[in-house]
Amino acid sequence: MHPIVKFVAQRILLGLVLLFAASIMIFAGTQILPGDVAQSILGQSATEQALANLRAELGLNDPLVTRYLDWLTAALQGDLGTALTNGQDIATSMGQRLGNTLFLAGWAALISIPLAITLGLIAVRYAGKWPDKLISAVTLTTVSIPEFLLGYIVMFYFAVQWRLFPSVSTVYDGMPLLDKLNAIALPVMVLVMVVLGHMMRMTRAAILNVMQSAYIETAELKGLRPFTIIRKHAFPNAIAPIVNVVMLNMAYLVVGVVVVEVVFVYPGMGQYLVDHVAKRDVPVVQACGLVFAAVYIGLNMLADVIAILANPRLRHPK
Amino acid sequence: MSDEDELVPVDHVPEGAELLKIRNLKIEATAYPPGEPPQDIVIVDGISLTLPKGRVMGLIGESGAGKSTIGLSAMSYGRGGVRLTQGEVLLNGAEIREAKPGALRRLRGKIVTYVAQSAAASFNPARKLMDQVTETTVSARGVARAEAERRAVALFTKLGLPDPETIGNRYPHQVSGGQLQRVMTAMALCPEPELVIFDEPTTALDVTTQIDVLAAIKDAIRDTGVAALYITHDLAVVAQVADDIMVLKAGKTVEVGTTDQIINNPTEQYTRDLVSVRSIDHEEKAPTADPVLRVEHVTARYSGLKRDVLSNVSVALHPGQTLAVVGESGSGKSTLARVITGLLPPSKGRVTFAGRTLSNELAGRSRDDLRELQMIYQMADVAMNPRQTVRRIIGRPLEFYFGLRGRERDARVDALLDEIELGQGFADRYPAELSGGQKQRVCIARALAADPKVIICDEVTSALDPLVADGILKLLLKLQKEEDVAFLFITHDLATVKAIADSIAVMYQGKVVRYGPKSEVLSPPFDDYTDLLLSSVPEMRLGWLEEVIEHRRMESAGH
Repeated sequence: MHPIVKFVAQRILLGLVLLFAASIMIFAGTQILPGDVAQSILGQSATEQALANLRAELGLNDPLVTRYLDWLTAALQGDLGTALTNGQDIATSMGQRLGNTLFLAGWAALISIPLAITLGLIAVRYAGKWPDKLISAVTLTTVSIPEFLLGYIVMFYFAVQWRLFPSVSTVYDGMPLLDKLNAIALPVMVLVMVVLGHMMRMTRAAILNVMQSAYIETAELKGLRPFTIIRKHAFPNAIAPIVNVVMLNMAYLVVGVVVVEVVFVYPGMGQYLVDHVAKRDVPVVQACGLVFAAVYIGLNMLADVIAILANPRLRHPK
Repeated sequence: MSDEDELVPVDHVPEGAELLKIRNLKIEATAYPPGEPPQDIVIVDGISLTLPKGRVMGLIGESGAGKSTIGLSAMSYGRGGVRLTQGEVLLNGAEIREAKPGALRRLRGKIVTYVAQSAAASFNPARKLMDQVTETTVSARGVARAEAERRAVALFTKLGLPDPETIGNRYPHQVSGGQLQRVMTAMALCPEPELVIFDEPTTALDVTTQIDVLAAIKDAIRDTGVAALYITHDLAVVAQVADDIMVLKAGKTVEVGTTDQIINNPTEQYTRDLVSVRSIDHEEKAPTADPVLRVEHVTARYSGLKRDVLSNVSVALHPGQTLAVVGESGSGKSTLARVITGLLPPSKGRVTFAGRTLSNELAGRSRDDLRELQMIYQMADVAMNPRQTVRRIIGRPLEFYFGLRGRERDARVDALLDEIELGQGFADRYPAELSGGQKQRVCIARALAADPKVIICDEVTSALDPLVADGILKLLLKLQKEEDVAFLFITHDLATVKAIADSIAVMYQGKVVRYGPKSEVLSPPFDDYTDLLLSSVPEMRLGWLEEVIEHRRMESAGH
């Protein structure tokens, strides 16, 4: 078997093991949350009998392991259970939310990744000179400002002062694409600013690290243009660390958008999670946790696989 | 902008015409000594040379002599912030020292090309060899890709590479070091340059591989009619390829002349020192009845490898003597050291030490086992913690093995520093403040501090200049006499072996092919491999290379 197939299979297997471990942690974590689900559903005035009946109905009296296995097998079949608070099917209501979040994250990624890498390449080309310093200063600033503040700043200028984009990102099914894009313009802007600095700086650092190599001197002694050297000789050897940080930020775009979604009242996963944590709706919290974990692990696994594929020693063994 | 706007037409200088002329070149760099203001230091001072098309000039000197810096000045390149501050560098009559970046780009890699010492590090690991070999030929010489590849294949063939048609499709890690060095030569010749700078192109290779690469380079220079600067610290090597030789010391010219004059009739004392063979006299000691270290029928392999790295190796080391283990890279020399020190448990066989059988595993060895068997490495600077002073480095084994503390320990450190001829002033220095030879001396003192019976020396002089290496070997012999310590000396350098060994084991592909007292091993009749190894050591006379190539019985394994 080609070693690369083995390596990739190992990574995928490892990812599944990790996901399984994460599911245990999520389940265990929600179990030790204070409060009683039955109590929170029926309210303070419920009788002991009513509480006991509801607990039996929800299966809360079964042993922990049984409940975990039931939950996991159902989740594997796509059944994430029903929300305690409104009795709706979680998979259905979450599906739409997840779609919205992925839409937002996808556009943010589509803009931020090429931008970050291009800016990183430019920063390396002019390392230590003013374009490098300018890029570093601007991206560091946007990274350093808390995202809710960034959100309110862009809202103040772009929505209130200049009236270019709406301040509340309402989207609904069947909305035309352009309207949708108009609606999410501001949160996308904030997300890009939040992740750009990290990706750009890591790209710069990874390529600068490669620029120390002897083969870069060979390229210089071939009389190649500085940007050709960076693009053809340095960048291909810096792919692994760059992909890693890109994936980390993509995961953040999906998992970490809670604050931005709340600021812009965007109907995504973050809003959904926050709403149901407040209501102690344990099945929803568990389901969200599981989806977030899957996204996180999946993207990191993808990063590992790309890093393996980018390594010529693994791709072309002796 | 694409690379195509910078086409450099092929416009050959006629043979014998003056191609490179350097006049009174001064090269400076800025040094940043710790705790002091930055200061300018002069690296090369007042160098002048003239090189006509079709001739080869050898630049020779120890490290720090400025050889590479002068070589790179022919493409007006300053490595690591080095500046060409004064003088003239004329290439085909055009001044290039202060030329603009655009003009230099048209020059580098097209009219003047470069072959580096470590081809393994100088090729981009992510791109195929053919792409890299033809890169400037296609982009800047206006040659169609197919034609450039034909040219490259012809060069691969000329340089004696295996599978010249397909080797270009491989990645750098898929070919051996000696082959990579030839591919790099092909890369330098592919754009049809006027001048090629060879910067120690065979230094990192085994002697048996060096000879093939050297012959290939020599033929390629002759057949293409380029001019070449050949940089090396090995006078015997440069004697084989150069028409003229310039001897350099500390950035200044010592002597210039034809190869014949420099080798056979040097006028300066420094050149005579370089030309003269090693001055170590070592009386061979007879084996004793009771060896201190015995390796018995050891077979070992690394996990995941399908073949044995060592098979059925048996050698013995006698107290107070030196056993030299020689062989090319990949022969299993260092693996033998790993088995003896317990880092790699053998699959068969055993190691006995001072009458007792050593545990195969490192974890099963007592503290005395560890103490009495010490090791010195090739790279002295990475074998020391850069954040520790010499006193702490040497003091550590004294604390660990003997529990010495405070003044007692410091007194012993001072005594050891005297023994290695460094003096007590060095105790508070950090490794970065020592020269290569001094670092290796500190490593020797650290090994001695444990009061060992055996020291394994793994290529300890390979990274050092010949004169410095000589000093280290003399020190080791002196210490052997004083402390009665035995050395297991791993090396690929036969001159070193001749200088210090009492007995020799020749290794080839994991087996000991010849073993015995030095005088026997080095006397004919030889087996084929020992013959190859001995005849491959460059000799300082003209025409040696051709003689050897003609007469040898087998070729190297090609590592």
